[in-house]
Amino acid sequence: MPELKEGCVKPVRGPILPASPSTAATQAAPTQEGRAMQARVGHEAIDFEATAFIEGVGFQPVKLSDYRGQWIVLCFYPGDFTFV
Amino acid sequence: MSVDSRFVHKIWQEHELSKMVPGGVPFPLLSDAGGRIGAIYGVYDEAAGVDIRGRFIIDPDFVIRAMEVLTPEVGRNPAELMRQLKAFQHVRDTGEVTPSGWEPGQITLKPGPALVGRVWEVWKP
Repeated sequence: MPELKEGCVKPVRGPILPASPSTAATQAAPTQEGRAMQARVGHEAIDFEATAFIEGVGFQPVKLSDYRGQWIVLCFYPGDFTFV
Repeated sequence: MSVDSRFVHKIWQEHELSKMVPGGVPFPLLSDAGGRIGAIYGVYDEAAGVDIRGRFIIDPDFVIRAMEVLTPEVGRNPAELMRQLKAFQHVRDTGEVTPSGWEPGQITLKPGPALVGRVWEVWKP
């Protein structure tokens, strides 16, 4: 993917949920239901697109499914420059 | 992945991470603006406005194999992450299953009727 043309606000797609009649109508304004936990072991991961900083590359949108076919470790953490 | 922007990720890498890891961390530092992705993965703390410590192992078929979620005060154990990764890879390659605390090279189990009630004979914790 090419490096982003840089701006202050760069919308990415966020979670990429399977289209269904019930969610299609609410995609513009996610409801509380749309934010409920959907990740479950033994089930397919929920795809997403997020902007990223990659050493040696720069800023680039990354889709989780770009890594399909490899083992993936996805880590969340509270914030940059924190102590733990 | 955290709720920090890509700009903060870049400065963190340059000013701190690169002093801990030579060359900086090699993997993408992802930005979860508004916690939308963390919410779907069950790790977004709405009150604090941050993603807490969640860790997911996803296999080559895109199936989630493991998840671990901690509140922010306690850091993770990378050795346990690597142990689980190796165990899931071994299971995927061989069809065997790994008992509690398994490390590469240790005995694995072949589930079936012959093993019922006899695990104690082959596996000594």
